[in-house]
Amino acid sequence: MEKSAYSFSTKKEKVENHIIVVWVDNEAGVLARVVGLFSGRGYNIDSLTVAKVDKKKNISRITIATSGTFQVIQQIKLQLGKLIPVHKVADFPKNKKTILREMALLKVVSSKAKLEKARKLCKKYKYTILDKTEKSLVLEISALKKEIDELVKKLQPLGLASTSRTGVVAMTKGSEVYKQQ
Amino acid sequence: MVNLMSGAEMVFQVLKDQGVNHIFGYPGGAVLPIYDELKNHPKIKHILVRHEQGAGHAAEGYARSSGKPGVLLVTSGPGATNAVTALTDAYMDSVPLVCISGQVPTHLIGTDAFQECDTTGITRPCTKHNWLVKDVNKLSSILHKAFLVATTGRPGPVLVDIPKDIQFKKGKYTQVKALKKQEKKLNIKLNGEDNSIKKAVELIKKSSKPIFYTGGGVINSGPKATELLRELVSITRFPITSTLQGLGAFPGSDNQFLGMLGMHGTYEANNAMHDCDLMINIGARFDDRITGKIDEFSPESKKIHIDIDPSSINKNVNVDLAIVGDVKLVLKKLISSIKEKYPNFAESNKQKISSWWKQIEVWRKKNSLGFVNSKKVIKPQHAVQRLYELTKAQDAFITTEVGQHQMWAAQHYKFNKPNRWMTSGGLGTMGYGLPAAIGVQVANPEKLVIDIAGEASVLMTMQEMSTAVQYNLPIKIFILNNQYMGMVRQWQELLHEKNYSESYTAALPDFVKLAEAYGCVGLRANKPEELDEKIAEMLAVNKPVIFDCVVDKMENCYPMIPSGKPHNQMLLGDKDKEDKISEEGKVLV
Repeated sequence: MEKSAYSFSTKKEKVENHIIVVWVDNEAGVLARVVGLFSGRGYNIDSLTVAKVDKKKNISRITIATSGTFQVIQQIKLQLGKLIPVHKVADFPKNKKTILREMALLKVVSSKAKLEKARKLCKKYKYTILDKTEKSLVLEISALKKEIDELVKKLQPLGLASTSRTGVVAMTKGSEVYKQQ
Repeated sequence: MVNLMSGAEMVFQVLKDQGVNHIFGYPGGAVLPIYDELKNHPKIKHILVRHEQGAGHAAEGYARSSGKPGVLLVTSGPGATNAVTALTDAYMDSVPLVCISGQVPTHLIGTDAFQECDTTGITRPCTKHNWLVKDVNKLSSILHKAFLVATTGRPGPVLVDIPKDIQFKKGKYTQVKALKKQEKKLNIKLNGEDNSIKKAVELIKKSSKPIFYTGGGVINSGPKATELLRELVSITRFPITSTLQGLGAFPGSDNQFLGMLGMHGTYEANNAMHDCDLMINIGARFDDRITGKIDEFSPESKKIHIDIDPSSINKNVNVDLAIVGDVKLVLKKLISSIKEKYPNFAESNKQKISSWWKQIEVWRKKNSLGFVNSKKVIKPQHAVQRLYELTKAQDAFITTEVGQHQMWAAQHYKFNKPNRWMTSGGLGTMGYGLPAAIGVQVANPEKLVIDIAGEASVLMTMQEMSTAVQYNLPIKIFILNNQYMGMVRQWQELLHEKNYSESYTAALPDFVKLAEAYGCVGLRANKPEELDEKIAEMLAVNKPVIFDCVVDKMENCYPMIPSGKPHNQMLLGDKDKEDKISEEGKVLV
C-alpha cells in the first residue's frame, strides 16, 4: 500500500472454508455472472461445479468451495443473492450434517507391478476400474477432496499420467432440504 | 390473428407503457431501425448528445432530479463502450437507468463484425442486470422487466442489447400487466421486522449521545421518506449529519443539521460520529470516504443500519441492529412506534441529550468551514457562498464535476429539498456535471440548473454544450477555475512534497470565447468585487452560460480527514497540517 489513496484495516481475521450452493436459472451468461462476481470482488474459488438439475424449471445447481473471513463469506452469500437469475443461496456447513463428495478419474501408465500396486492403494476408497490395458489403468474414485489429494500424491511415483476432478458437490443429511429464504 | 409488431415498434410501445417521455441517445448502424421508428412517436422526445457518456450522465441527472428512470439509446461497439463510464457511475450511486444498445445482427455475433463488441460481457459488472435479446417474442417482456429491475429495491442501471435483425423482426407484444407476478417477487417485504423496530426504539430511548447518519437511500426512497426523516429528527431532537449523496433529504439550514460528514465533512459532524453512543444509519453505506480509519471508526457506539440492500449491511462496518427495508416504510413504522411507546419523547428526553448538544456546540464553534477571504482574489469558497446567496430563493438544481469544487459546493451550498443535488460520489467521475445538468434541465424545464464545475473536469465532456444549445437548455456552467486539477494538486502538496506532477493545465481554452463558439454566453469574473454583478448577469440570461470564475490557484479544501486517520483527527487548515500528517499517514493517503 505504498502511497495509495486508501487506508486499510490492520485487523487479521480467521479464514474459514465454506461450501456455497446456488440455484440459478439455466440461461446464457449466468455462470459468468457468478464467476465474475467472485473475481470482481476478490473472493476465492477453490472449486466450482455446475450442472442442470431441474429440466422442467430449467434450473442449474452451482456448488462453490470458497474461503474467506466471516465478513467475506457473508458478503459472498448476499451478493450472490442479489443476482437476478439466482433463486436461492445456501451455505453448507462443513460438519457431520453435510455430505461432501468429489469424483476423480485417474489414469496410471506404468509397469504391471506398479499398476497392481496402484490398484491396491485405491482399495481404501470406493473405486471402479473403467479401462484397463497392459500398460495402463483408468480408475474412477469418489471420495472427500482431502482423500483424493492424498491418493494423487501416492499415485504419482506409480506413474499417474492424467488426473481429472469434478470439484466438490454437497448435500445435507436427513430429510431437510434448503428452502428459499 | 394476433397483432404483430416489429422489434423497433416494441421498444417504443414499452417506453410508452412505462411512461417515458425523454430518451438520450446517439444513432449508429446497429440502432437505425429504432431511430427510424422514432418519427412515429412524437410524445417521446429524443435528446441527441455529442458522446454516449454524455447520454448516460444526462439520463442520470434526469433520473436523480425527477425520480423517474433515465433512458439512453446507443449503438453497438463504441456506442456501448462509451456508455460504460456512465453505467458504472449509476451503479455506484444507485441511479435507475435503462440503457438500450444496438448489437450486430444475431448471425454475425461472435464473428468480430464491424462495430461488434461483447456488450453484455463488458457491462455485466456495472449493471444490476443485462440481457442480450435473441428472440423478438421475448423483447417486450425483457424490456418491461428491465424497467422493473432498474427501479425496484436498490435502484441501478440495466442494459438491454438488441441485435439489428431483432429490431426488424415481427413478434408478439407482452403487456406490462402480464408481468405483475414478477413484480411481486421483486417487491418482497421491505418494511422492517417488528422485533427490529422495537429494538431500535429501545436503543433510541437509551442513548444519551445519538446521531442520525443519513445517505442517498433516503432520497431514493422518494419524497415521502424525506418527510418522514424530518419528522423523525423533529420528534427525537437528535443531531443529524448526511453523506454527500444524502444532501437535501434534511434541510441544510436547520439547526439540528451538523453538515456533511466524511473526508471533507464538518468538524462537528465527524467528531459527533466518533464520540456518539448510538449511530442510526439510514440509507448510507459506510463508504471509505465516510469512515476514515475503519479500525477506529466510532468505537463506542451501538450502530443501527437501515438499508434496502442487505449486502450493504456489515460489509465495511459491523452493526448491532440491521433493518433491511425501504426507508419510507421503516421510518413510518419507527415513528409510530416511538410515538406510541414514548409520547412526547423529545421533551422527556431533552435533559438526557442536553450535554451532548452542548458538546456539539463546542465543536461547532471551531467553524471548520471558515476560510480567510481575500479582497484581491476570488476565494472558491466565497464564490460558492455568493452563488448560494444569490440563488437560494429560486429552488435551484445543482450538479457538480469531481474535485475540490465539488467538496466546496457540498460544504457551502445549502440544500433544503431532495433531488436538487446531483453529484458523482461513488465513482467520482470528472465530466459528470455538465451532461447531468442537461438531463436535469430536460426534466425540469422552468428551473434554474447550475453545474458547479472545475476547469479540468468540465473539459472532459465540454462537447455537450452543443447539446444544451440545440435544445435551448439554459444550463449555467459555473467554473471555479484555478488552472489546476485542484484536488490532485492538494494531495500532492500534502503528501508528495509539492511535486505538482502533471496537475497543472498549461493550455486552457478561453472559456468565454469557447462559450461564444458554442453559441451560448460566456462570462468571466476575475475580482471579488465583480463577482455578484457577474452572477446576476448569468442568472438573467435565458441561454446556456459558461461562467469562468477565476479563483485562487492554491486554495486547499478543508477541513479534511487525512487518510489513515479516524474522525476525531481532522485537519482544519494549512497551519494544522504539519503536526497532523505523520510519515505513516503519508503512506496511507
